[in-house]
Amino acid sequence: MTDYTKIDFDSLVALAGDDEVVTHSYVRDVPLSGGKTLALLTLDNGRDHTRPNTLGAATLLEYAKTLDELKARAAAGEIDGVAVTGKPFILAAGADLSKVAEIPDKETAKKFVQLGHFALAKLGEVGVPSFVFYNGLALGGGLEIGLHADYRTVDASAPALALPEVFLGLIPGWGGATILPNLIGIENALKVVIENPLKQNRTLKGQDAFDLGIADAIFPSVSYLEDSIRWADDVVSGRIKVKRPNEPGKVERLVKWDAAIGIATKMLKSRIGSIPKSPYAALDLMKAAKSGTRAEGFQREDEVLTELIGGDQLHASIYAFNLVQKRTKRPAGAPDKALAKKVTKVGVLGAGYMASQLALLFVRRLRVPVVITDIDQARVDKGVAYIAEEIDKLLEKGRISPDESNRLKALVTGTVDKADFADCDWVIEAVFEELEIKQNVFAEVEQHISPEAVLATNTSSLSVEQIGAKLAHPERLVGFHFFTPVAVMPLIEVVKTPHTDEATLSTAMVAAKNLRKNAVITADTPGFVVNRLLAVLLGEAMRAVDEGTSFQTVDEAIAPLGLPMAPSALLDLVGLKVGAHVLDTHHAAFPDRFYRSENLHKLAAYGKLLEKDDKGRVKGFDKGAMKIVAGGKNSRTADEILIALQDGLAREVRLMLDGGVVEAAEDIDLCMVLGAGFPFQMGGLTPYLDRVGASERVFGDTFHHPMITGVGA
Amino acid sequence: MADQAEVVFVDGVRTPFGKAGDKGMYWNTRADDLVVKAIVGLIERNPNVPKDRIDDVAIAATTQTGDQGLTLGRTAAILAGLPKTVPGFSIDRMCAGAMTAAAMMSGSIGFGMYDLAIAGGVEHMGHHPMGSGVDPNPRFLTEKLVGEDALVMGATAERIHDRFPQLTKERSDRYALASQQKTAAAYAAGKIQQDLVPVAIRTDEGWGLATRDEVMRPETTLEGLAALKTPFRPHGRITAGNASGLNDGATAAILASGAAAKELGLTPKMKLVSFAFAGVDPEIMGIGPIPATEKALRKAGLSIDDIDLFEMNEAFAVQVLSFMDHYGIADDDPRVNPWGGAIAVGHPLASSGVRLMNQLASQFTERPDVRYGITSMCVGLGQGGTMIWENPNFNKKAKKA
Repeated sequence: MTDYTKIDFDSLVALAGDDEVVTHSYVRDVPLSGGKTLALLTLDNGRDHTRPNTLGAATLLEYAKTLDELKARAAAGEIDGVAVTGKPFILAAGADLSKVAEIPDKETAKKFVQLGHFALAKLGEVGVPSFVFYNGLALGGGLEIGLHADYRTVDASAPALALPEVFLGLIPGWGGATILPNLIGIENALKVVIENPLKQNRTLKGQDAFDLGIADAIFPSVSYLEDSIRWADDVVSGRIKVKRPNEPGKVERLVKWDAAIGIATKMLKSRIGSIPKSPYAALDLMKAAKSGTRAEGFQREDEVLTELIGGDQLHASIYAFNLVQKRTKRPAGAPDKALAKKVTKVGVLGAGYMASQLALLFVRRLRVPVVITDIDQARVDKGVAYIAEEIDKLLEKGRISPDESNRLKALVTGTVDKADFADCDWVIEAVFEELEIKQNVFAEVEQHISPEAVLATNTSSLSVEQIGAKLAHPERLVGFHFFTPVAVMPLIEVVKTPHTDEATLSTAMVAAKNLRKNAVITADTPGFVVNRLLAVLLGEAMRAVDEGTSFQTVDEAIAPLGLPMAPSALLDLVGLKVGAHVLDTHHAAFPDRFYRSENLHKLAAYGKLLEKDDKGRVKGFDKGAMKIVAGGKNSRTADEILIALQDGLAREVRLMLDGGVVEAAEDIDLCMVLGAGFPFQMGGLTPYLDRVGASERVFGDTFHHPMITGVGA
Repeated sequence: MADQAEVVFVDGVRTPFGKAGDKGMYWNTRADDLVVKAIVGLIERNPNVPKDRIDDVAIAATTQTGDQGLTLGRTAAILAGLPKTVPGFSIDRMCAGAMTAAAMMSGSIGFGMYDLAIAGGVEHMGHHPMGSGVDPNPRFLTEKLVGEDALVMGATAERIHDRFPQLTKERSDRYALASQQKTAAAYAAGKIQQDLVPVAIRTDEGWGLATRDEVMRPETTLEGLAALKTPFRPHGRITAGNASGLNDGATAAILASGAAAKELGLTPKMKLVSFAFAGVDPEIMGIGPIPATEKALRKAGLSIDDIDLFEMNEAFAVQVLSFMDHYGIADDDPRVNPWGGAIAVGHPLASSGVRLMNQLASQFTERPDVRYGITSMCVGLGQGGTMIWENPNFNKKAKKA
């Protein structure tokens, strides 16, 4: 087994340099009953809650040294227990990711991983009962600190406890994968390590952590630390015997363990495919944790984590994570927020499904009057009724209070008289996707509204500028492109025409933020970002099919990207008609690059591509559909198709950047992550295109300098 | 019409008292959190008190701004996790804040309006130094409504020495020394700690736990006391040694009607006999307990000879001595502050009244021979407050023996 004491970790401190925000280990003695003493170790980086405690090399070494001192004091009989807690609201947010991204080589990566084990394990070896008081945020390594203790308590108000590693291309490798299943059972551990991170990085509240068995006791925040110390006192003095109902027994190990891993593996494959490495690596580690010693488990964690830290997927994931966390907060090209006009009443042109969805979102998030309209009273009434039903559903689910429900319903009205839009300062249209209809509806409403009111269009395929062609004030028109389902998808493409003024753009950006969406500013070019790149994907897929490659081969060819769904499933989801339309509009705009598929139109007319069972599960391809697309003579291999797709995407992204569709490659990636669910391990799109050589093949350079890749060997 | 009700003191607790200022243990702790933790500790050790039956929460603070503002009684109740149906309010009579809260809640119970009430107080004198933010009306001085000394408590104490020349500095120092020694003995016997609620404190060295009063000086000597400066007058008599200090701390107590206590199976620690507040010249406020006690005794139909235990707030040694001299009680009479007082443990202004009650209640429990006791204190701007309590454990046989 690895003898961590023989490793020289000092080189890591030099690597960390002066810019590690060190989380210090402070110790104060606390008196317990019967003259006993608890050494209380506080982790505190001296910053406020906006800069959580993190675990870098210097932090871990100080923590290890402090625990060595406490071990000596315990041996000398000076202390009877050791407890670790954090600064207010935060225990620790895990390893310092910015530092992980800077690790230059695998050797250093390995040492850093080993340092974590070296330091964290000391708490369990201190010689007296050890405790961790999860007083607040505990993520990744922060949660793992506690797993090495004998006992844990948690603050009922703790906002987030989690092992989010696989969300980022890592694994919980400082004891998490090994200790957790042995503490709370394999199924609970799978929930924490695999399931939650892949559900938009879901985290646990204090009560969840207690219910799962991560914490042995839970106390309300008002006297959390006092209660935890008293509880520790009772444990040290033997007044409390800790029971762990979720701790796995023999039967679980014999019967349940491997089966649970098997089920999780299957589920994972169906949900995310087999391209992302870290979830499967975590599964392997947890499978192995069934037997053997902790030390063996830690050594396995060291090896796996080292491999992942050195790999491409982690670096792409951290890049994508930073885009989502940071770039969304300061959108590129956004004008000063102070320029934004106040939105105190919203008008929605249209009362159909999309329009009603938009109205519901606006009223829920902005809580201002929302008026909807359509060509007749019946449609308007239907729209208002639909919104009221959706509000009722929120009430039933307990998501909003009865007062809030009354408030929201009272804010939504319908009208067939556009004069009722007079005092709207934001009007968005979601009428039929046809240029003349949109032009006319805007021109009509403009007669009633003030010249300053902002007009927004949710078009996905038309030119925003042309939509405003009949406006007296085209400078107040902006594209505001949602993705369906509107309530769920986090992206809005805010489309700026040559006429859009700064105040309008700013209003749109602030509105997006208030709707709790992330906005990316794009130029008024066909398909904006997401649809244009999805059109490349679907176009290349259909081109291959039309030429004679089977749908199945096409799906397999594109699988190495690790996209959330294969092209056939994507077509099925968006609808064959919409898919055909998207390809048509892009082909019309860029006939030399975008493929238009007649077969797709035929499929749309036929109405189905996939064969499904009663419950909607896909069983295979529909035989009739396969007949329609049969006949091509130039079948290509999966590799050829993949390369054609990679090159097609690289070419299109390069053209988009050269054409100023967005400010930077980062915005493309942000759009693809948030609007199309492109995976973190691809870094969205451009890091992937760089690392597979597509950028080099197409334009002789890369999007990123240096490329976002692993450190290799 | 409501029926008059018997009023009982069910239980009381306090935080350990800290030293005010940035070197004190509560510098990084909010004042409202101190009183909230006291309330939580109180509720926890009285599980038979249904939270939703509490009729009111009266919390005192002298400086009601910042972390002592926002209607503390209400905010503390919410923060302590009491049901939102339980109301609360803030109250102020400077040093007698908590005593006034207890008296007013007792009045409400006695009149039959309340069954259960929480009374307490807090003063974070580090966050709210004495006199901070005050804006006295100029008429006080221009019309000589009060003397210049009225707002400087140390100066009012010097005036007691002036009025009663027999109360020498040496007597004050000797009294102060005894207070330190009695408190040290009470701590050694674990008597004070039983009513303390520990408080987690954030310090530069990480989290710690306050479990003891911070300012006690058991090592005090008469020589040491004699050598201290007299900051209020050159060659004066008042020193940091024979006065209470500047402190942070909070207290809380549960009061109930006799009927509610019986219904809920609570064991009253004290029964209220009477209370009174009285005014004296503001520039000699320290003698306030004398007229307040006279009034309370009269209302109770008792004489000072009926009182077997005195919990006097030791704002200043001389101020307690003036009271004792008035009633012919010896300086070292064991009935007065048997566990020491504010000179040793501190005096976070508005919180202290309930501390006196806590200690009297604990003494009642171990002294079935005692029937009546009083809690009394002087108050800024010339006031005194006294509450007279009866011991439910009183036993005539014990008294004879």
